[in-house]
Amino acid sequence: MSAKEEQASGPVMVLSCPISLDYAYSAGQSASRFLRAIAEGKLLGQRCPVDGRVYFPSRGSCPMHGVTFGDDAVELSDKGTIVTFSIVRVPSQNIALPLPYITVNVLLDGADTILIHVLDAKLEDVHMGMRVQAVWKPREEWTTSTANILYFRPIDEPDAKYETYKEHI
Amino acid sequence: MTKPATAALTAPHHLSYTYKRSLGKVLSAFFTALRDRRFLGIRRANGSVLFPAKEYDPDTSESLSELVEVGPTGIVTTWVWVAQPRRQQPLAHPFAYALVKLDGADTPFLHVVDAGSESKMATGMRVRPRFCDVPKGAIDDFVFEPA
Repeated sequence: MSAKEEQASGPVMVLSCPISLDYAYSAGQSASRFLRAIAEGKLLGQRCPVDGRVYFPSRGSCPMHGVTFGDDAVELSDKGTIVTFSIVRVPSQNIALPLPYITVNVLLDGADTILIHVLDAKLEDVHMGMRVQAVWKPREEWTTSTANILYFRPIDEPDAKYETYKEHI
Repeated sequence: MTKPATAALTAPHHLSYTYKRSLGKVLSAFFTALRDRRFLGIRRANGSVLFPAKEYDPDTSESLSELVEVGPTGIVTTWVWVAQPRRQQPLAHPFAYALVKLDGADTPFLHVVDAGSESKMATGMRVRPRFCDVPKGAIDDFVFEPA
């Protein structure tokens, strides 16, 4: 008996419940500016007017002080330092790398908040303090999307000192 | 308030996933019967019949196991007309959501009545199921229509 026939005559043991939600996402002014910049290959953060910390991606207000960020955008490097990492061995969708892959918390140079992304490197090589750089899609494929960055990749620079990223662990 | 120089970006987002529910003994019997175009209720200790079948008595929490075939016809106990169905509702044309008490059951349940027009709907009206060509054992294998 084929699986299909069995399904048609055996007891129904499992119910498939599809859940689906369509909605219109509005990015708002601040994230729109961030997305328009990333379409040009620029990474924008925003500086808190109270303590000067740079938040990435840019957002409308400071989560620490509750103040509006205004128009003070800061362009950041696409290089950074790995703060922490994890090896992923279970499949997920929309990941540019094959299993197993490495997820990383990256502190971009000039930023005071971490970015969560994936790293294209040998599993045995990844470590805290490793210097990395974004690998972008071909320029003609850039859109107003964070998916313009495919993943990060190690670069030939000395490891960052622990003191420079320890507060982000 | 000053107007922003540029409009905010918007994008359509679609979030979807399918989860699989393991049915267990009672609901497995219920949905297997539905695939065979039959309706199973379940008897409570006080003799009344719940439809759809449930694993537990909603008042006493006792385990229930005595499946009882009910229907297939029933009566509408109350209803509402959906004049402009939304995309994910069960039918693309106007229909009624109704509480239907199947013959032999003591509880009504919510389902679709494909009546054609609101004027065909009435509390107390009799309905019968109309199944799809290949029932798969799901609650949307059938709709009701006026009997």
